[in-house]
Amino acid sequence: MNIENGSVEALVLQSVGEVREQLGTSQSTEPSGQTVLFGLGGELDSLGLVNLVILLEEKISDELGAQIALTDERAMSQERSPFRTVTTLAGYISRLLDETKHA
Amino acid sequence: MPDPVVMLITGARKGIGRYLAESYAAKGFVVVGCSREPSDFQAENYQHFCLDIVDERAVQKMFSAIRRTYGRLDVLVNNAGIASMNHVLLTPVSTVQKILSTNVVGTFLLSREAAKIMSKNKAGRIVNFASLAVPLRLEGEAIYAASKAAIVSLTQVLAYELADFGITVNAVGPAPVKTDLVCHVPQEKMDRLIARQAVKRWGEMPDISNVVDFFIRPDSDFVTGQVIYLGGIS
Repeated sequence: MNIENGSVEALVLQSVGEVREQLGTSQSTEPSGQTVLFGLGGELDSLGLVNLVILLEEKISDELGAQIALTDERAMSQERSPFRTVTTLAGYISRLLDETKHA
Repeated sequence: MPDPVVMLITGARKGIGRYLAESYAAKGFVVVGCSREPSDFQAENYQHFCLDIVDERAVQKMFSAIRRTYGRLDVLVNNAGIASMNHVLLTPVSTVQKILSTNVVGTFLLSREAAKIMSKNKAGRIVNFASLAVPLRLEGEAIYAASKAAIVSLTQVLAYELADFGITVNAVGPAPVKTDLVCHVPQEKMDRLIARQAVKRWGEMPDISNVVDFFIRPDSDFVTGQVIYLGGIS
């Protein structure tokens, strides 16, 4: 499995768009790498974050053929959560995919 | 409930899990069972997975297969569990870890993954297994009782955390049923235990499925975080 960080970020961006639709939260701007997802100034509450995680795990399984669990001790941390922005989340997913590859 | 209902039962190879698998398959449910060893139960609407319920990767693969094959999961019955009778001073830590792992971690992991699929339909039922060992404070079963007490807490907190997803979480605490779990317990001890129940008889398999039936009924969507003990224990 050779997954570029960029393609993971694209997957996250697509999923954020879908979660926005699911939750009916209209945003004036398209999501980008800097979009704050969770924590101070984030657009998702904990329920929204759970929805995003469910969607992402499913896409990663279907499109990348990898089983990963997007769980982390710091998930609910306001400042250190890997779910803080699109870019930090994509980086976190890429690390998990790497670990899966080397497991 | 949709037709057919898709139900996952852990520990489905024998005992209570096997009974539930056979009876819900006979009722027309699509039943998915899992256990560490293969099952010899075969039916058109039954699929079996061999896995350890604390193996996160294997559990995720099973749920991925359920999602792809059936597109949904309506009911999870967290039946799998192990017990060990021993005096606390003679109990090795390895036994403690094994019991807590299978009973608590397994129930947690299956519930977490099931809730992900169920949340998509904003509906689901999770039924856990408590035990009379908790309210009766059974001597010789300290770790088993502790693991089941943890399941009761898990049931009650999950009921809150999963309510927004339309998922109810409840538990049944069976009276002693003649299964492998109790077959090595001396008759005298079982008699004393049954004497402490309001209704003094062994539990039967249909007593358990009756409670499961109640929890999973569509009309039971306002029933969550509850533990029903059989035989009159509370």
